[in-house]
Amino acid sequence: MSDQQSTPILEMKGTSKRFGAIQALADVDFEVYPHEVLGLVGDNGAGKSTLVKIISGVYKSDAGKYIFEGHEVAVNSPRDATQLGIETVYQYLALCDNLDVVANLYLGREQVRPLIPRLLEPVNEVLMEQNAIRLLDELHIHIPSTRSQVATLSGGQRQSVAVSRAVMWNSKVVLLDEPTAALGVEQTRQVKDLIRRLRERGLGVVVISHNLADIFDVSDRIIVLRLGRRVSTFDTHATNPERVVAAITGAVFGA
Amino acid sequence: MDSLTPRVEESKARSNSAQGVWHRATSRLAQGDIGSLPVLLGLVLIALIFQLANHNFLKPVNLTNLLVQISAVGTISVGVVLVLLIGEIDLSVGAVSGFTAGVMAVLAVKIGLPAILSVALGILSGILIGLLQGFWFAKLHVPSFVVTLAGYLGWQGALLYVLGSTGTINLTPPLIVGIANARLPVALGWALGFVFLIAITLNWLRERSERIRSGLEAQPIAVLAIRIATVAAATFIAIGLMSVNRNPVAGGAPIRGVPSAVLFFIGFVVLFDWITRRTRFGRYMFAVGGNVEAARRAGINVDRIRITVFVLCSLLAACGGILAGSRLLAVNQSSGSGDVLLNAIAAAVIGGTSLFGGRGSTWSALLGALIIGSIANGMDLLAFSSSIKFMVTGAVLLLAVTLDAYTHARRLQTGRS
Repeated sequence: MSDQQSTPILEMKGTSKRFGAIQALADVDFEVYPHEVLGLVGDNGAGKSTLVKIISGVYKSDAGKYIFEGHEVAVNSPRDATQLGIETVYQYLALCDNLDVVANLYLGREQVRPLIPRLLEPVNEVLMEQNAIRLLDELHIHIPSTRSQVATLSGGQRQSVAVSRAVMWNSKVVLLDEPTAALGVEQTRQVKDLIRRLRERGLGVVVISHNLADIFDVSDRIIVLRLGRRVSTFDTHATNPERVVAAITGAVFGA
Repeated sequence: MDSLTPRVEESKARSNSAQGVWHRATSRLAQGDIGSLPVLLGLVLIALIFQLANHNFLKPVNLTNLLVQISAVGTISVGVVLVLLIGEIDLSVGAVSGFTAGVMAVLAVKIGLPAILSVALGILSGILIGLLQGFWFAKLHVPSFVVTLAGYLGWQGALLYVLGSTGTINLTPPLIVGIANARLPVALGWALGFVFLIAITLNWLRERSERIRSGLEAQPIAVLAIRIATVAAATFIAIGLMSVNRNPVAGGAPIRGVPSAVLFFIGFVVLFDWITRRTRFGRYMFAVGGNVEAARRAGINVDRIRITVFVLCSLLAACGGILAGSRLLAVNQSSGSGDVLLNAIAAAVIGGTSLFGGRGSTWSALLGALIIGSIANGMDLLAFSSSIKFMVTGAVLLLAVTLDAYTHARRLQTGRS
């Protein structure tokens, strides 16, 4: 459960972003704590994606502070965010269908046997496969084989692999963009179980979703964005979907 | 739910049995992962047909000729495989092969540079062309199709330019002639075959024991034995064929041993097979070909991979052009034109490398070149005209691409399950 006494693991202060004439984000504060699942909700165009892209280093904010573990940091590229331990799982974009599970889990961070030149280093399949099996077991992810091509997995299995990929590098914050979109009932349950296990491991998990039922099912706290501003914050266990919907649509202002 | 999605351990236990191996093989086929099976069957079929029509087809001398004939285009095709793997196309390979051979010929014969230096500069010009085309594609975001189409025209023109009024340059330096026409002493050929076989056997055994030690699923020893036996048979049959005296004149000096052109070609296939399947660079090639956005977000320097692959492709085109020039003892205005480009691409695709990117192997360059080469060679034996040759090769290409499209659709289906 969320520990409101601890300091946020990640904090954005006064974040603004403008695309030409459109103010996508205006002076938005955002924070996520360790051991917490945070639901980030809002209508289309509310600024969720923009905020996520700023956090993950894809966009640079026009104004605002990026504070990680209590220190202000500069995040100018996705690599910067990754190095801090902030991982983002994008819908549909996460995996290479033609590679197997192990290759996908390690993509871009292969274990290799040293050789010069570096690009020709042979990958250490044995070590990678061992670690992959251990990780998938820890997260209770069931797949036919770690050597299956991702193309042969179900949607839920793929999403699980994409999420595991994000958490296997000692990551501290994971952002999940619509993690349950296009999944069946059982597959959605698997992914939500996985999200809870990430919380148990002490991560700060940010779930961006249109599906309020899922948000209410897994989150501890809900932040509502509307027209580029943060309009409300809810403790999931002390509110109900009607109030959140009201905040999303603008029927009420303030929390 | 557990019964629907077996856990990793369960599949591990199953995979070590013969049943498990069979199960995985059949499920891969069902998912549209048919590998090189149709190509091998096609090759056997073609060989049977031509052998029945003309008993000279399977004679050692003809098969050796066939291998020498396909070496140049096959080498170019290895480069095409690399480009197809990252989901791109290079239409300039034929023209680049002609131009780089032209550079070598002019430097060696007209200008009189040492042969070795001329060859090196020919290859270097290939590298620079790849760098230029790769940069244009990766950094300026012009589709590879267009960049290399421009290259196709441009480098053909460049060949005419460097040849000038000479037209044909006959290659006389022994080193250049020897590139494709030298023969490995028979004993050395066998020794090389043995070393190759021992090396891969040891490597496979080492990998297997390492996997077992680490508690991972490993191939049953019987399957491994079959693999080794297959490779051994293929290696020794090929070396045996090329070790028979090919001199048709009875009592003449024997012509025997593995031709150097074949050695280069097979060497490129094996080397780039290792690079694509085993190295970090190869892994990134597949990733870029499979899902370029995922590759980028995984931190892979996509531009660098793309440029490197185009450099390798042009480099191999240069090597293929030099092999072709060496084999024919000349470079002329039509070097690298005609059906060189189409055969190089067709060989890669017929051999099983996908046009859709991310799937394939450099061995498909060998298999595809063998198919195209067999058809051409067999029809020559039967004295068919080129008209028939083109039509049959076209039909085979269409068949191969249809198979690729079909399995691609099949994979999408099963992938979505």
